[in-house]
Amino acid sequence: MSTAAARPDPFPVDGWKRAGWVLLAAYVVYAAAQMDVSWDRVVSGLHNARHFFERLFPPNFSRWDLLIKGLAESLQIAVLASALGIALSLPIGLAASRNLVPAWMSWPARLLIVAARSFHPVIVAILFVKAVGFGALAGILALALASIGFTAKLFAEAIEEISLKQVEAVRATGAPFGSVIGIGVLPQVFARFIGFATYQLDSNLRNSTMVGIVGAGGIGGTLFAAFQRFDYDFVCAILISIIALIMLGELLATGVRAIFIDGASIADLFRRSPGAPAGRHARLPEDD
Amino acid sequence: MLSIKRLSKAYVAGKPVLIDIDLEIAARGITAIIGASGTGKSTLIRCINRLVEPTSGAIEFEGRDLVKLSRASLRQARRHIGMVFQEYNLVERLTVMENLLSGRLGYVSAWRAWRRKFPPADIARAFELLDVVGLAGFANQRADSLSGGQRQRVGIARAVMQQPSLLLADEPTSSLDPKTSVEVMQLLTGIARERGIPVIINMHDVELARRFSDRIVGMAGGKVVFDGPPGELTDGMLKSIYGGEDWLH
Amino acid sequence: MAELAHDRIWRRFTPSQKLARFTVYLVIVAAIVASIRTVEVIPEFLADAPEQIADLLTRMWPPDTAYYPKGVHAALIETIHIASLGTLLSLLLALPVGLFAAHNICPYLPLNLVAKLILVSSRSVNSLVWALLFVGVFGPGALAGTLAIAFRSIGFVGKLVAEALEDSHPGPIEALSAAGAPRASLLSFGYWPQIKPAFWSIALFRWDINVRESAVLGLVGAGGIGMALDSALNLFQWNRVAVILLAIFAVVIAAEIVVTVARKRMIQPQQ
Repeated sequence: MSTAAARPDPFPVDGWKRAGWVLLAAYVVYAAAQMDVSWDRVVSGLHNARHFFERLFPPNFSRWDLLIKGLAESLQIAVLASALGIALSLPIGLAASRNLVPAWMSWPARLLIVAARSFHPVIVAILFVKAVGFGALAGILALALASIGFTAKLFAEAIEEISLKQVEAVRATGAPFGSVIGIGVLPQVFARFIGFATYQLDSNLRNSTMVGIVGAGGIGGTLFAAFQRFDYDFVCAILISIIALIMLGELLATGVRAIFIDGASIADLFRRSPGAPAGRHARLPEDD
Repeated sequence: MLSIKRLSKAYVAGKPVLIDIDLEIAARGITAIIGASGTGKSTLIRCINRLVEPTSGAIEFEGRDLVKLSRASLRQARRHIGMVFQEYNLVERLTVMENLLSGRLGYVSAWRAWRRKFPPADIARAFELLDVVGLAGFANQRADSLSGGQRQRVGIARAVMQQPSLLLADEPTSSLDPKTSVEVMQLLTGIARERGIPVIINMHDVELARRFSDRIVGMAGGKVVFDGPPGELTDGMLKSIYGGEDWLH
Repeated sequence: MAELAHDRIWRRFTPSQKLARFTVYLVIVAAIVASIRTVEVIPEFLADAPEQIADLLTRMWPPDTAYYPKGVHAALIETIHIASLGTLLSLLLALPVGLFAAHNICPYLPLNLVAKLILVSSRSVNSLVWALLFVGVFGPGALAGTLAIAFRSIGFVGKLVAEALEDSHPGPIEALSAAGAPRASLLSFGYWPQIKPAFWSIALFRWDINVRESAVLGLVGAGGIGMALDSALNLFQWNRVAVILLAIFAVVIAAEIVVTVARKRMIQPQQ
């Protein structure tokens, strides 16, 4: 039996980990100081916050016609941007998949996708507003571009990840090319594609409520205008409507995934228990 | 030292899995519970420490009826009952030492446990137990780097770390190969006998049960149909417990 | 011995499944058609669009690189601070909410629902809108931006944390509670080690998204490079706009690289 002196330390101190935490704490202090975050500002801010909240409630829905018009336009932007974006993502994603396509085609396609992803939809929306004027068109084009950046990338990844063995197996049966694609390639990517498409629609719905702030159409414009006129109770009503709309969108997206990925019927959707999100593991890691 | 009185459990009303079980467990000895799958042996073991809530009946342990205890009192009572699981149930990402010390969580405040400030006596005991189960030197290895047999040894050590008055084992060898199963059973029963801790083991391997236990309880249809030393377990009894003859030979 | 043909039809989808799928297709097509017909887009503008976009791009070239050190650099750094502090704050705030939203940790349905509602609301309100609100409360500047990022990220982090908790193995938890461990220790010894890798992965991921989000908050006055962008746009200084966009692009790419490297290091087994 070894003596106590020969025992290894039961909880060895990980030097790197500890250094990491210290660095983090130091950074927080440094950055906060840089940003002029003083306690007085926070306190006076909280004071303002109380007044602010008092003016937010109760929400004022009296101008509901304006509200509905804005929401409808946001919906239109979301639907059309998604349709356009997803439609364009298919060929672009295919062109960007390195396993099916030669390098001279895949690299430019990949570059396009990276560029489309790097800029926030709002920035893209501003540029489109400057180019094509205020209104829904700018919003649709901006979100379509953002959609391509996301959907085409994931589509290309899904294609790159397909098991070529399954394609080989179908080819080995002597099937024609169309069947090889249809039975060897598509089933593998279809479930994921549904995942991306529903996610993109959801994401575009969220973004469409916001591009209006820079003039690209939708409820965002109504919100911004109300804000600048200090109609905070109307702002509150708009926010509540946006939240409700997005929650509805999430519900619908979950339903669509259940139908296509889990093979649910309409009755199944209503029978589903609240604790079991459909196709959760077929969902994307990049959930916004 | 453990008195089970008229214990019943039905997961679905009208379909009881345990029917009026009466069992007395003495303060020493190895008791093996055998029976076909689904006859309630796992449920019985889990009712003892209320991992499964009994439908009716009493479980008297250390002078108190466990079934009637509040959550806080139950937590305290559970500190005296160690349990070994079929799937080992270690915290995979923690080290062997941390898994051993997790047996003492009932005695250490959450704050001290988080900062890993366990009493030196516990740490000394942990090292000693590691030697006993044959895992000296494994203290700082992650649990998920161990083999099945090694994990179960950690599981046994963790249960013994609690310094329990009773050990429960729910199919402790069902996930292990035959040779390792024997080693683990030797370890478990050896430690228990040496420290004078009674053990109740739920198992499906009759030969292992015969070899290592002092008393066999056979269950069928939710009731106890056999209760006696291994020597009295005849083939005829086994047939009534498990049904069918082909598997006997 | 021939079997009756109608006993053994092989169908890919049952009739009710087919109905469900068809309904979805129908709704999608209807939505697209309805949108096209009702959206207020002037067709001439649409036709004009490529030309206008090309015009814009020409005006942005060449980018005004001389402007960078004076007008861009400090704001860029501030943007990174906003993203980082905002993310850290959100991690702190999201953990308790995530705990309440996980039904295996908090089995009380009303609490679950309240927590889920908080998470959904946080996610549904865009960070730009959060920024508007906080500018209204705290005045323009990076404080509003940081809080906006934090509050927006709570929903994202909290939801994924709740899911990680719900997906964790119940076995070790069972073992620890059988040993008499108190609730708090169940969390720290049983759940936390299981969700740790997912947690840091989520945090890294959200930081990456937040770097992008922080860049635009300045458009509503919440600090960072967005404010420089806003003034350049309002003054039609397209060359400056170009250099700002390039700077943002560079920072986003840099953040992606940092995240990819950090991810690789995390996936390696620790010892």
